[in-house]
Amino acid sequence: MTKKPHEPLSEHDAGVARAMRNKTRRSFLVMGIGAAAGFAGWKWLTTRPEGGDLAPPQRRTLEFNEKLAKSYFNETRMAPTFPPDMAREPRLDGEEGLPAGFDPLTWRLDVVGAGEARTVALQDIKRLPRVNMTTEHKCIEGWSEIVNWTGARLSDFAAAYKLGTRDGTSPDIRDRPRDLVRYVGLETPDGGYYVGMDMPSALHPQTLLCYEMGGEPLSMEHGAPLRLVTAVKYGLKSIKRIGRITFTDERPRDFWAERGYDWYAGL
Amino acid sequence: MRRLEKKHPLAIRWFHWINFPVLFLMIWSGLLIYWANAVYRLGLGRYTLFTFFPDRVFEALGVPYRLAEGMSLHFVFMWFFVINGLVYVVYTVLSGEWRDLVPNRHSFREAIQVVLHDLRLRKIEPPPRKFNGAQQIAYTTVILMGAGSLVTGVAIYKPVQFAWLTALLGGYQWARWEHFWLAAGYVLFFIIHLLQVLRAGWNNFRGMVTGYEVVTVSAPSSSGKPNRSIPEDPTTHDEKTSRTSQRA
Repeated sequence: MTKKPHEPLSEHDAGVARAMRNKTRRSFLVMGIGAAAGFAGWKWLTTRPEGGDLAPPQRRTLEFNEKLAKSYFNETRMAPTFPPDMAREPRLDGEEGLPAGFDPLTWRLDVVGAGEARTVALQDIKRLPRVNMTTEHKCIEGWSEIVNWTGARLSDFAAAYKLGTRDGTSPDIRDRPRDLVRYVGLETPDGGYYVGMDMPSALHPQTLLCYEMGGEPLSMEHGAPLRLVTAVKYGLKSIKRIGRITFTDERPRDFWAERGYDWYAGL
Repeated sequence: MRRLEKKHPLAIRWFHWINFPVLFLMIWSGLLIYWANAVYRLGLGRYTLFTFFPDRVFEALGVPYRLAEGMSLHFVFMWFFVINGLVYVVYTVLSGEWRDLVPNRHSFREAIQVVLHDLRLRKIEPPPRKFNGAQQIAYTTVILMGAGSLVTGVAIYKPVQFAWLTALLGGYQWARWEHFWLAAGYVLFFIIHLLQVLRAGWNNFRGMVTGYEVVTVSAPSSSGKPNRSIPEDPTTHDEKTSRTSQRA
């Protein structure tokens, strides 16, 4: 379409060339300014504070995403379940908070809520309604495995021990959501691994205090005697070997969130 | 005789040049995420032609152990990608630009001819329209791919809240696989797009920045065809009047 004539430009064509040059200069200038602004924005977005945490603008965006996800979250929405014969043993990934030399027989669960702190034995948790579920365990790394879990719902546990409300009554997310404290924090007995969860996710029917996997008592490496399993979060929230559980209005610290991951990690 | 011809509206140029770095960052951060479970390959049964990606590729690019960074970037820039894409679609519909972009019943035959021409297997030039059939198909497909990335992305981002969507796409791992191959598709698109831009030359590339192309037209003949009137401003020319004669 654009043949280059060999004869000198006519006056008209020279005018066209001049007009094009002006447009080109202006447009590339705007583009250059835009690119510089974009680069400055990138620097602002990715300049990280000391330590492993995220840059503040990224953290704020993740918190915005969290708010949006919470507003959409519905405790009646279930993760898909599978036939138990599809289940297998999930791979092991991370040993934080699981040092050797731990004795599950002397273990008790520390519970911190509105009232006095107390300890609960494994038999007490096993007395709560027994729930069996086969769900897809999703690791934040991108793999997933279908696993069969047995345990007590964290919501049943909170109801039985009157935990998770400010006035010490049983939590009722449907009728009295305003009475609930905002978070649950869980940590291993040695405090080496710890997670935080929002209350609606903690009270979700597919969030279990789990003591059996694949029909067998939990093995040590899978978190004996009691671990958390939740189908509404990435696997990093399903803490093994729970030592302490805290119901609180203060956002609990979270091992992986301190290392640059999303605190909410909701699915 | 030469004249300036308006080719790309300002809005489309903005959408295009915003999308370029944003999509790049989505693919890059996606790669940082993918590394943590890099399981896809090209192959059949036990035979593997290529794994995505060999360790030395990841290492050369500095990808390993940046999952957290990748996820946070992905979940920041997804907003720019989605909003820019949606506004683009709304704009093309409302402005009527979609008429140039969406393939019609002639596009597919024309696209084959364009490909044959570009591979130097056919001498006849593609039609001098704004977008030929191959371009229409490519530029529409890439938008559909964008929609696909959004849908498969939501399915792996919130597979419980949108469990129905994840199920529709074949389940969590299938949705992840689809999301990956769409990203690979953008890379393929980009390579071809870049080669075509290089081939088309400076005037065409400048058109995507300035909006104008310099075109050479034959001077109006003395017989005076009615459609070939000279515009009042000799330097610019509105697309609609200038293109009618070429389309005919």
